[in-house]
Amino acid sequence: MPSITKPLIPLLPLARNELGLTLQDYQGGMSTLCAGCGHDSITAALIQAFFELSLPPHLIAKLSGIGCSSKTPAYFVSGAHGFNSVHGRMATIATGAAAANRELILIGVSGDGDSLSIGLGNLAHAIRRNVNMAYLIENNGVYGLTKGQFSASADVGSRSRRGDLNRLPPVDPIMLGLSLGATFLARGFSGDKRQLVPILKAAVAHRGFALVDVISPCVQFNDHEGSTKSYRYMRDHELREIEADFIGQHQEIVESLVPDRATEVTLHDGARVKFRAVPEGYDPADRGAVEAYLRERSRHGEIATGLLFLDESAPEMHELAGTSRTPLAQLPFAKLCPGAAELDNLQRQFR
Amino acid sequence: MKQRIPVAGALTEPTLSAGGRVLGNRVNDFAIKLANVNGTGSATANSLLMQAIFRMGVPVSGKNLFPSNIQGLPTWYEIRVNAAGHTARSREYDLMVAMNGQTYASDIAEVRSSGYVLFDDSWPLDQALLRPDVNFLGIPLARLCADHFGGSRERILMKNIAYAGAVAALLAMEVEVLAGLLEESYGGRPRLLEANRLAVQLGHDYATENFDCPVPFHLERGDGTDGLILIDGNTAVALGALYAGATVAGWYPITPATSVMDNFSHLCARFRQEPDPNAGPGGSPTANNYLIVQAEDELAALGVVIGASWAGARAFTSTAGPGLSLMNELLGLAYYTEIPAVVVDVQRAGPSTGMPTRVQQADILMAAYASHGDTKHLLLFPGDPGECFDFMVLAFDLAERFQTPVLLLSDLDIGMNDWAVPRLTWDDSYRPDRGRVLGPRELDADPHFHRYDQADELGVTPRTLPGVDSRGAYFARGSGHDRLGGYTEAEGAYQEVVDRLLRKHRAAAAHMPRPVITASPQADVGIVTLGSCGPAVQEAVEILADAGIGASYMRVRGFPFGSEVSEFCERHPVCFVVEQNRDGQLRALLEIEAKVPASRLRSVLIYGGLPPSADQVVAQIREQLEG
Repeated sequence: MPSITKPLIPLLPLARNELGLTLQDYQGGMSTLCAGCGHDSITAALIQAFFELSLPPHLIAKLSGIGCSSKTPAYFVSGAHGFNSVHGRMATIATGAAAANRELILIGVSGDGDSLSIGLGNLAHAIRRNVNMAYLIENNGVYGLTKGQFSASADVGSRSRRGDLNRLPPVDPIMLGLSLGATFLARGFSGDKRQLVPILKAAVAHRGFALVDVISPCVQFNDHEGSTKSYRYMRDHELREIEADFIGQHQEIVESLVPDRATEVTLHDGARVKFRAVPEGYDPADRGAVEAYLRERSRHGEIATGLLFLDESAPEMHELAGTSRTPLAQLPFAKLCPGAAELDNLQRQFR
Repeated sequence: MKQRIPVAGALTEPTLSAGGRVLGNRVNDFAIKLANVNGTGSATANSLLMQAIFRMGVPVSGKNLFPSNIQGLPTWYEIRVNAAGHTARSREYDLMVAMNGQTYASDIAEVRSSGYVLFDDSWPLDQALLRPDVNFLGIPLARLCADHFGGSRERILMKNIAYAGAVAALLAMEVEVLAGLLEESYGGRPRLLEANRLAVQLGHDYATENFDCPVPFHLERGDGTDGLILIDGNTAVALGALYAGATVAGWYPITPATSVMDNFSHLCARFRQEPDPNAGPGGSPTANNYLIVQAEDELAALGVVIGASWAGARAFTSTAGPGLSLMNELLGLAYYTEIPAVVVDVQRAGPSTGMPTRVQQADILMAAYASHGDTKHLLLFPGDPGECFDFMVLAFDLAERFQTPVLLLSDLDIGMNDWAVPRLTWDDSYRPDRGRVLGPRELDADPHFHRYDQADELGVTPRTLPGVDSRGAYFARGSGHDRLGGYTEAEGAYQEVVDRLLRKHRAAAAHMPRPVITASPQADVGIVTLGSCGPAVQEAVEILADAGIGASYMRVRGFPFGSEVSEFCERHPVCFVVEQNRDGQLRALLEIEAKVPASRLRSVLIYGGLPPSADQVVAQIREQLEG
C-alpha cells in the first residue's frame, strides 16, 4: 500500500513513557486513506494505547489481511515488524506467529469484509483457540476499496450510497464471539478515542484473544442518510452504559466514580480493568447475561459500546498446549534433534 | 489325520499344465494377494505376514489397496517376495487368500494358472467360480474360530490371524518369527496374546494336516534384508521433521497424509517434552518443545506455517491434492514475501475428491506453479521412505536458504505402505541452514537494513525476525514492493524484484538432489521417471534388456531440474517418461523447464490409481517402439 514518510514536527516538550519513548516513537508512515476515515482515528488510538502501555516496539508484530483497514499497520509503530497478508487469512498467520514466539505482542487489524466474510471461519477458530492477540475489526459495513458493496456487517434496512437496500441479516462479531467462547469482547466507535484507548490497552494486556469491534464510518461510501454505520447514526444510537478503565501494573487509581457498582478484573500481568459504570445487574463475566443485554439493546435500536465481556481465567493457546515458556523459535537445535544414537534405537521397531 | 477338504470340481493336486509357468520349486520369488472386507481387522494379519517374511531375511514389499471406507467395502493387500529385490507390484498372483465373498469371482479370475486359492470353506463355494487350472484350498476358518473364540468381534478378528497361520504353513514361514511378532505386539496384554497365538496355531495346524505344505513357491531364510528397515513414508517424513528441528506444524486431516501428523505428534510426545521446573501449582509438569495446530482448513494450516516461519520457527504442513488446491493463494504469498514454508503433499488420485485411497502423481504441475501470477516453487520427489526422511530435512534447509516454499511430493504408495529401505542414518554434526537471517550483531555492523536489497549470488536477500530488533523491522507485504520493501506500482521497481525471484529459483537447481541415473552402455532409449515409479521402472529396464532393448534410467528427484536432467535427455534421441497421471505432467515440465524438445519425449502413463508394475511399463514402451 502506498505510504509516505511522515514529516517530523517537533512538539516540545514531548511526554515520555516508562521506556523513555515518545508518542512519535509509536508512529508509522503517513496514511493514504481518505480524509476523515474512521480508520485513521483508530490508528491514532492505537498509537496512544501503545505509548501509554510502554510497549517495546520490537516486540510488537502487526498483522493484517486485505482492505482499507488492513493498510493501517503501515501507519503505526514503524519500529515493529508488519505483515500485510492475504484477504481473510490474517488470523491464521497470527496464530502461526504466536505459536513460534509467544513473547510477541500481536496486533491484528482487519475489516468487516476480511473478518466477517472471506475470513469468518479463520476468525472463528482463532477465537476458539484463544490465540494471545488483540484483534481489531475496523467495521464500516461496506467494501471501500472496491467502491461501496455491502459487507456482511451491514444492517437489515440500511441503504448503500446508491440507494440499494440491504435485506440480509448482519454478522455481529460480538454475538459471534460470545457463542464461540471468546474471552475478551469490546465494541468501540472510532469517533470516541477517550473510550477506545483504555479498551485497546486492556485488549493488549488480556491473556488470550481480545476481539475489538470498532464501528468506523467510511466517509466515501457509507456515511450517508440510510446508513447505520455513519458518524451521525452512531452519535444518535450509541449507548455508553459500560465504562471501563485500564489501570496499568504500576499505576495508582486516582478516582473511583461509582464505587458501589464497580467490578474489577485483574489481568495476568497484574494490570487491572475497572468497570466504573455498568447497567444494573450487568456482569461482564456472565456470557448469558451479556448476550441478553446486547439483544435487548439492539432491539431498541441502540448500539452498546464498551468492554462488554471479559474472562481472564480461560487458558490461551500455549497454556492449552503446554508449550515451553521459551519461545519455540528460540529453542536451541540441540533440544530439538534427538540425534543419531536415538535414531538407531528408534529403528529397532522398524523390523 | 490328513484329510483334504473336498471341493467338487476343483483340482486339489497342484496342476502343472494349463498354460501358466510350471511352478516347480520357486524359493523366495512369488506374489500373494489377500482379498478382505474392510474394517474386519485384516490389515493386522496381512502386515504380520509381510513383516515375518522381512524378518526371515527375504526382500519383500506390501501394498495395501484399500477403499475410501471404514467398514464393509472390499480391500486387498498384496505381498511380493523377490530375492532379487524387485519391490514393485507383481500382478502375477501365485496365491490368492480369498476372504471376501463379494469379490470371489474377480479374485479367483486373477490367480495365475496353476496358482492357489485359499478360501474359507465353512460355507460352500459356488461351483461356477471354480477354475480347473487353479488349486483350491478350503479351510473352515469361521468354524474353527466359532469353536475356539467367544464374541462375534473376536471371532472375526481371529479369523484373519488364523488364515495368517495357514499361509505361514503353506509358505514354510518360520513359526517362531510369527510368534515373536505376536509377542512384541501383544506382550503386555496376555489374553490378547493367547488368543492370537491360538488363532495362528489353528490355521497352521489345519494347513499342515490337510494340505501339502509347503506349496512349490515358498520361503527360505536369507540375508536379503540385512541393514534394511521396514518403514512407511509418512513415518519417515515425520521423523525428518523431528530431526530437522521443526517446532510448529499446521494441518488439516486428509487421506493419505494424516499419518504424517499422527506420527509427528507421537514422536514429539516422546522426544520433545522436558520437565518444567517452573510449573506452578496445577500447571503441567512438562513443557512441550513443539506446537501442532489442527487447523480449520488447509488455508489456515499453511497460514500457521507462514506465520510461524516468518517469526523464525521451522514449520511445516502435510496435505494431499485437495488441500494443496486450497493452499494455492498462500503459496503465492510465501513465494512473493519470501518466507520459508515446507509443504508435504502425499499425492492421491484426483481430480476433485477423486479416489482418496488410490495413488497418483498428478499434482506435479500444480505444485510447480502453485498460485496466481508468475510463481515457481522448489519441489522434492522422494522415491521411497528413506528419501522421505532425508528430503524432509533438506526441505527445511532449502526453504530457509532460499526463503521460499518447498513442496515435498510424496504419494500414497510411498506414504502409507511399508517399504524395505536401508536404515536411516543421521550425522550428529548436522546444523540447520537457517539462511540469511540478520540479528542485532549484523545490524550493529550495518544498520541500513532493507528486506529485498543486497542479494547474494543465489539471489537471496537478508531477512530479520520479529521480536528481535527494531532496526530490522520491515513490512512484509503480498502487494507490489520494491527492493527496499516499500509499496510500489512502478514497473521497473516491481520487475526488479520478480526478476530476482526467477534468478533465485534458477540458482536453486544446483542445490536440489541430483537425479539417480543408471546409464546403459548400449542404450537405445532413455527412461525418465520420478517418485514411487522407481522400482517398477528399474525392473522394466531389466526386462527390456532381456528382450534386447537397452535403456538408460533416470529418476529425477527435484525441481528446478539440474543440468544432468537435460543432459540425460539430450543423450537419448527418445526418452520415455513414466509417471502416474493422465496428462504427462513430468513430461510437460521437462519440455517447459528443461527445454527438452517435445519430439524426444514419449509418455508412459499409469494412472488408474494402483501402483505401477514392471509389465505395465514394458508393455507401453514396447507398444510405442514396435507400433
